[in-house]
Amino acid sequence: MASVPFEYGLAVAGVLFVLGLTGVLVRRNLLFILLCVEIMLNAAGLAFIVAGARWGQPDGQVMFIFLLSMAAAEVAVGLALILLLYSRRKDLDSDALGMGGATTPGGSPGTARPASPVGAARARPPAVGVPQGGTRR
Amino acid sequence: MSWMWLIPAFPLLGFLILAVLGRRMGAAAVAAVGTGSVGLSMLAAIAAVWLFWVSPPAGGSVTLTLWEWVNAGGFAPSVSLTLDALSAVMILVVTVIGFLIHLYSVRFMAGEEGYSRFFAYMNLFVGSMLLLVLAGNLLLLYLGWEGVGLCSYLLIGFWYTDPENGRSARKAFIVTRVGDVALVIGLFLIATNLGSLDIQEVARKATAAWAPGSAIAVAAAALILGGAVGKSAQLPLHTWLPDAMAGPSPVSALIHAATMVTAGVYLIARTHALFALAPAVMTATAIIGLAGVLVAGFSALAQTNIKRVLAYSTMSQLGYMFLALGVGAWSGAIFHLVTHAFFKSLLFLAAGVVILAMNHEHDIFAMGGLARKTPYTFITFLLGALALTALPPTTAGFASKELILSRVWESGQGGRILWVLGVLGVFVTSVYTFRMLFTVFGGQPRGAAAHGHGAAHGGADSAHGVQGPGKEGLAAGKDGLRAGVTMGIPLAILAALCVVGGFLDLPRTLGGSPFITRFLETALPAGKATAVPLSTDSILQLISEIVSLLGIPVGWLVSRRAVSAVAKTGTSAARSPAVRFFAGGMGFDWLYDRAIVRPFVRLWKLNERDVADRISDGVGGLSMLLSRAFRWTQNGRVRWYAAGVAAGAALVIAAAVLL
Amino acid sequence: MNLVYAASACVAIAATIMVITRRNAVHALLYLVVSLLAVAVIMLLLGAAFVAALEVIIYAGAIMVLFVFVIMLIGPRNDTVSARDWIGPVILGLILLAELLYIIAAGPFAPLAVKEVDPRQVGIALLGPYLIGVEVTAFLLLAGLVGAFHLGRRLAVTLGRKGD
Repeated sequence: MASVPFEYGLAVAGVLFVLGLTGVLVRRNLLFILLCVEIMLNAAGLAFIVAGARWGQPDGQVMFIFLLSMAAAEVAVGLALILLLYSRRKDLDSDALGMGGATTPGGSPGTARPASPVGAARARPPAVGVPQGGTRR
Repeated sequence: MSWMWLIPAFPLLGFLILAVLGRRMGAAAVAAVGTGSVGLSMLAAIAAVWLFWVSPPAGGSVTLTLWEWVNAGGFAPSVSLTLDALSAVMILVVTVIGFLIHLYSVRFMAGEEGYSRFFAYMNLFVGSMLLLVLAGNLLLLYLGWEGVGLCSYLLIGFWYTDPENGRSARKAFIVTRVGDVALVIGLFLIATNLGSLDIQEVARKATAAWAPGSAIAVAAAALILGGAVGKSAQLPLHTWLPDAMAGPSPVSALIHAATMVTAGVYLIARTHALFALAPAVMTATAIIGLAGVLVAGFSALAQTNIKRVLAYSTMSQLGYMFLALGVGAWSGAIFHLVTHAFFKSLLFLAAGVVILAMNHEHDIFAMGGLARKTPYTFITFLLGALALTALPPTTAGFASKELILSRVWESGQGGRILWVLGVLGVFVTSVYTFRMLFTVFGGQPRGAAAHGHGAAHGGADSAHGVQGPGKEGLAAGKDGLRAGVTMGIPLAILAALCVVGGFLDLPRTLGGSPFITRFLETALPAGKATAVPLSTDSILQLISEIVSLLGIPVGWLVSRRAVSAVAKTGTSAARSPAVRFFAGGMGFDWLYDRAIVRPFVRLWKLNERDVADRISDGVGGLSMLLSRAFRWTQNGRVRWYAAGVAAGAALVIAAAVLL
Repeated sequence: MNLVYAASACVAIAATIMVITRRNAVHALLYLVVSLLAVAVIMLLLGAAFVAALEVIIYAGAIMVLFVFVIMLIGPRNDTVSARDWIGPVILGLILLAELLYIIAAGPFAPLAVKEVDPRQVGIALLGPYLIGVEVTAFLLLAGLVGAFHLGRRLAVTLGRKGD
């Protein structure tokens, strides 16, 4: 087994976490955001494993298993939502999907750009006559 | 006379009832309460004066102390009513004339929205005025003083939906306020110096403690004079009276002719002891009065609004009263106050009938020929005018004016000059009075309303008032006789009083019956016996009578010229600058506007954004700033929120690490 | 062993950096798979073979495949990110990283020996003290299942209209 100090493992987990966080803050496409969230979750799980290994107890792994199942459930629902959102709004840009960002203060995460041509190629425009719910705006 | 408090209590009770329940009472009930309360007060006043006269109390006055008002460090004014000869005369004037005017108003104000409001205010006024004249304590007097000032404001602006009326009411209130401030300072002076505000005590202590002509006496008397000047519309605080005619005619009759404006005269007469200690102030009073006589007289010559003529006339006659006070003829001033109440209120009431008959027309050049159309009103108006100009057959104005002028003649060095100027005032009075009379009642009917009826003049006594287009009901038949008892009777009574009122104190040249002077002796010193021989007196009176008579043809000429000028130009607006100058009250309004009002407004505008404003604006601005700042946290962008979470985490960790 | 550890750590970090900087969604996805695999290796080296396997099977296997399916449904997405967008998050990230590293470095370094914890122990722990966690996780998964099903049904109707 490794003879690397456990702190290095934690450091790796920390770096991965921060990278994921940065990804969440930077990217605008919802899919990418979800992806980066997964990175963060994974990093947290790694931290658990490292801690568990340090103490030689199964608790770390147990936590990781819980975390994993939670990530699975979250991804399932999240992706379903993304699909639904896309089918309605034809756009996956988080800025455009938000409240429009009327008074954007510039600076930090990104400028308010109008809806980028992300949803350019429409896979399947289900537009007309959405029966259920309609516009629950 | 322990029931003396009922005299002011009745009208005040009437006010309360009308204020609370007035809206729900029918017109008849309102009229009954409004007029009845004053009527009851009148009866109580008559009874009180009768008792006073029949069995005069020791010391010349009876005081009823109701309760102690304030007690602070030895200064303990009480609410006390004092009935002496002076207040006896005053309460009779106020209640009798007040009752007659209330009776008149029943029909005059009928149909007006705010009928109960009107009577409520009028009752409050009468109650306050009675408190004023019955007060045994200067503080209570000041309460009544303020009360009448308030009612004057409320009643001038009675038709409040027209902002002009509100402006006039405010003007009246503010200008008299200036006088009120002077009065209050004077009261402070007296209170701190003499330790009391009880009128008799003040008279006693002042005569004992203050040397005649001393600074404190002059100061106190001058300040009281200031208050009187404001309330009685004398120079320089007179500009409000012509504008006060915006109120209904009964208001003008009661408040701005008979009672409130005479409160200043009453005040000076009441505190005559203080004035006697300051001869300089008395001279000032006389000069102010005389100036008022002339300024107002000349201004009245150029007026076109019938009520404004009467307003300036009131100011002029008040000037005579002030002149009398200034030369020490206390009872002369009071007697003139009484007779003036008779004929001036008569003139205002008759003018009210004329105005209604002419369908709310106020311009005398739009009237004409009313002698034949409204004969009853014409006769009463004529009697009032004759009393005003001191001509027979009316004796009232004549007697009182002669009483004043003879006193003026023999008063000190400048007496002769004052007399001459006073006689000039008599002439001017006569001219403007007859100008008004001839213009309104003489000649051919000129008004648009009159023309609408074609040649309706001549012929029998058409008891119908002229009916113009527009409001029926109110305009229909408002001639005194036709309008019924309630408007005709007060006119008749007042006209009768004008005729016989002079017998209260006929000058000795006509026999002499110094009833009033002797009655008032217990309260107002009659002064030394006159040293002027009877013959001189007769000549002087003859001169003033002739002067007055001369006013008739002159007035007729002026009227005719003005009427033809109006007919030519089609408008009654003043033509030459001289006439305009006099019509504008000899420039006082203009002067005050330029010298006082505008700088004040400029100053106010400068200070509009002062510290206090900036603070309250700053609070608003601060919250706007905070709102803008917080708005950043809610921009609907997910990544921004995530960043917020991350930043928060960073902060918390840093805090945990560092602390 | 240290070498493998270091190598896989580097790979994980490098792959993650590639994930967050790629424009093409599929590329980012694949880089993430690489990263996950590298993390699995680290876990293996730490003596947690079972969870390493789970990582590969579930995370890299199931979850990433889900992402691939979604991308397939929606179509390739390109996310444009300007350089200016990076400044803030990078600064924030660096601050956070500094703090984390500081905290990690503050404590005493642990002993180096690693004990392998085998699946048996994990199983006993799961069904022993952490039983309630298992039950709750079951709820969670059921909720996720139902939710995804419900949303998918609506989506199906939505898509079905325009489709065949």
